[in-house]
Amino acid sequence: MKWTINGHVREAEVDFRTSLLDLLREHFQLSGTKKGCNQGACGACTVLLDGQRINACLALAVQVQGRDIMTVEGLAEGDALHPIQAAFVEHDGFQCGYCTPGQICSAVGLAEEFERGLPSAVTKDLVASDIEPSHDELRERMSGNLCRCGAYNGIVAAVADSLGREVRR
Amino acid sequence: MSPFTGKTLEDKQPGVALSGDYWRPDGRPDPLGESGRQGIGAPLSRIDGAQKVTGGARFAGEFRFDGMLYAALAYSTIANGRIVGIDTRVAESMEGVALVMTHENAPRLNTPPVFLRSPDGAAGDDHPVMQNERVHWNGQPVALVLAETQEQADAAAESIHVAYATESAMTDFEMAKTQAHEPDNVLGGPAEIRVGDADAAFETATHRIDATYTTPRHNHNAIEPHAVTLAWEGEGGNETLRIHDASQCVDLAVASLAEVFGIDASRIHITSPFVGGGFGGKTLWQHQILAAAAAKLAGRPVRMSLTRKGVYRVVGGRACTEQRVALGADDQGRLTALIHSGIAAMTRHNNLPEPFTQATKCLYGADNIRLAIEVADMHMLANTFMRAPGESVGTFALESALDELAEQLGMDPIELRKRNEPERDPTSGLPFSSRHLLEAARAGAERFGWSERASQPGSRREGEWRIGLGCATATYPYMRMPGAAARITLDAEGATVAIAAHEMGMGTATVQTQVAAARLGLPVERIRFRYGDSLLTGRVLAGGSQQTAAIGGAVIAAQRALVDELLGLVDADSPLAGLSPAQVECRDEGLGVVGDDSRFETYRQILARAERAELVAEADAADSEELANWSMHSFGTIFCEVGVSEVTGEIRVRRLLGSFDCGRILNAKTAASQFRGGMIMGLGLALMEETLFDSRSGRIMNPSLADYHVPVQMDVPEIEVMWTDIPDPHTPMGAHGIGEIGITGVGAAVANAIYNACGKRVRDLPITLDKVM
Repeated sequence: MKWTINGHVREAEVDFRTSLLDLLREHFQLSGTKKGCNQGACGACTVLLDGQRINACLALAVQVQGRDIMTVEGLAEGDALHPIQAAFVEHDGFQCGYCTPGQICSAVGLAEEFERGLPSAVTKDLVASDIEPSHDELRERMSGNLCRCGAYNGIVAAVADSLGREVRR
Repeated sequence: MSPFTGKTLEDKQPGVALSGDYWRPDGRPDPLGESGRQGIGAPLSRIDGAQKVTGGARFAGEFRFDGMLYAALAYSTIANGRIVGIDTRVAESMEGVALVMTHENAPRLNTPPVFLRSPDGAAGDDHPVMQNERVHWNGQPVALVLAETQEQADAAAESIHVAYATESAMTDFEMAKTQAHEPDNVLGGPAEIRVGDADAAFETATHRIDATYTTPRHNHNAIEPHAVTLAWEGEGGNETLRIHDASQCVDLAVASLAEVFGIDASRIHITSPFVGGGFGGKTLWQHQILAAAAAKLAGRPVRMSLTRKGVYRVVGGRACTEQRVALGADDQGRLTALIHSGIAAMTRHNNLPEPFTQATKCLYGADNIRLAIEVADMHMLANTFMRAPGESVGTFALESALDELAEQLGMDPIELRKRNEPERDPTSGLPFSSRHLLEAARAGAERFGWSERASQPGSRREGEWRIGLGCATATYPYMRMPGAAARITLDAEGATVAIAAHEMGMGTATVQTQVAAARLGLPVERIRFRYGDSLLTGRVLAGGSQQTAAIGGAVIAAQRALVDELLGLVDADSPLAGLSPAQVECRDEGLGVVGDDSRFETYRQILARAERAELVAEADAADSEELANWSMHSFGTIFCEVGVSEVTGEIRVRRLLGSFDCGRILNAKTAASQFRGGMIMGLGLALMEETLFDSRSGRIMNPSLADYHVPVQMDVPEIEVMWTDIPDPHTPMGAHGIGEIGITGVGAAVANAIYNACGKRVRDLPITLDKVM
């Protein structure tokens, strides 16, 4: 079986029961992607599958063969942090760091969803081509990623900062 | 060898005793408490930030050993009884399975020492671990499978069938309450405290509030589930147990495991460089013991990552409580009687009666006080410490009752608290080391716009929303437990400060780097702070909000030892020749004479002159004398604005502000996050968190993050935090721990705001929408 992970083609033979999350963590030692609940409730395992954010615990490795997977390990360029990573450090968008890779991958996916004009549950004008990334929009769109330490204010500040647009309260 | 220290087990030295000391020999406060001294308080970003945002930080379940097996557990489905048969044949025949361990083949183990009962106790309860057929709670591990992959282990564990002889179990709190009794102790103190005759004073009081408040079970739900990767290394008879754990007590866990396995503590090595949240739950539970026992039996390394459900089955949470608060007051609002009593669920196998009267001991200067805790014994997983044990749920009851009294008196709730501000600790009689609660309340009220609050409930509306404001007092004690020691190694590169402490996200590594830099007069870039390794010196618990002070006290002692060593190295040519420690100070990367800029030598010069590559100093922290002389607490006031929908009963927290008095704040950035994080857990306590315990079976019915609701991003408004920043003259750095105070008071502030919004007083947590309809 083959996958493209962070730009590199990786191969392995795995159990059909193996989730994408366990493939990353146990077979490729890419343990940056975290397991918080293994049932799609916490978002700690968020990765980008062909650019869209998904819960890696809810995808089987066999099911995503041949697809392009980006994990937190693939975001920085050498020592240079991705702007979202740098914003998380600057705005203290974490404490223990365990939910952080999922939050960051989620934020990368979120930025792309805004670019594509995808609405959320709090979007008032569903057909607007340019949805304003308001404070509520960001909070709603980051609500699939739990942070038990409670760094939510810092997370949303980091996401707002990294979008490079004014965010209305 | 430790990957962090390069030291082996033999290198761990006992600290150099420095007992009966004060922060400075002249008895003056720690100069680091002074404003702005060398970056104290600066909003330094986390030094481990880059590791955490790139996925480079490795947690316990992410280390590997060659030949490692994966573990899975099977859990009991009864709350009390015996195992009469375990059918493991299918599991044993399954592909990849290397071992099935039950009580029939587990290695013989000693009973773990219990936290707070034994000096070496880190364990949640005193049940033997898989040593006999007894079942003590619904969810107790009854079998363990080791297999080549996690998938194989999980499938095999599912195939195990257990037959039980069920015995009657106390699983109903209502029934257990009828047999409630006084516990031996509450956190080492008495279960009942009396000042005057509160019951008599209450009977004759002009104004009276007498109400019952109930709080449910809670689970910590750190996002990192408990995990351990371990191996027995070395040859027969002399093996060393090497453990990668998620721990907030590495040294204590070593001591407990040594007792369980009957081996010397020097043969156990735990590291825990990153911990994915703890909140009181990451101590010693059965999973570490079972994994180590199975690894011994199988002769191979083991990884055990508990499932989320497994965490609920194996790791205890906060106990449920039923509390009575009875307040008697005169017309001026002076409390004449304060009674806070009640019952918490507990087991006969642990030692933590949920201490819900803790905050009430110090908050209000009532003439007569009675505080009493009883426990109701249940067949359940042992309850344990969870963020602000006692204060978090105790302040919900007390501070709700204060609000009820304020309304009866027609008095502003803050004014009522002001009128009952005590001069001394009302139950211990000790003077307060540092108490600026009223300043914090005043500043917070001004910032929040408290004066806009309508005293009449239900007066403010916005469409379907009724809007209300509420406030409550927050408090948590200052503690500094014995056992801390630190080692400082000075070399040409700078200084390494090492101590067996922990970083679970509080910011310890960052803040202690700042503190060490200020203490030693070095830039932060030249400090390495080493922690999370049982080979390091000292016993420091990341709990009780005490770690910052404990490390601070140890580093003060080690720095003093280092100065002694440095002065011992200087020769006659040095400008420091012939000086005593009291005459010098650490500054500008060296040692200089106090008040004389010209007499100075850098550390590098001193080391080079003495032809030393490095200098090591190690010392024990001074005894916690400050706690014998002073009543020491942190304080704060929580302000909350809620909207309650008239249509659905939905409650939204619109604004939240915490104004704190917690001594000197050491890092404004990480401190703000700590306060907010505690307050957010307080929002969970107020509005949604509840571990659902089936009173028929004793089983936890919502062991998942889908069914146990914690606050998500959308539940959390932008939270303002502020602090007095007044140093406590009796603590290291003038600081208090701040990890737990944030959760206190929030439950009541929310409940009081809901009452102000819609006139509905809810005394039962969590305040879900059905309760306000």
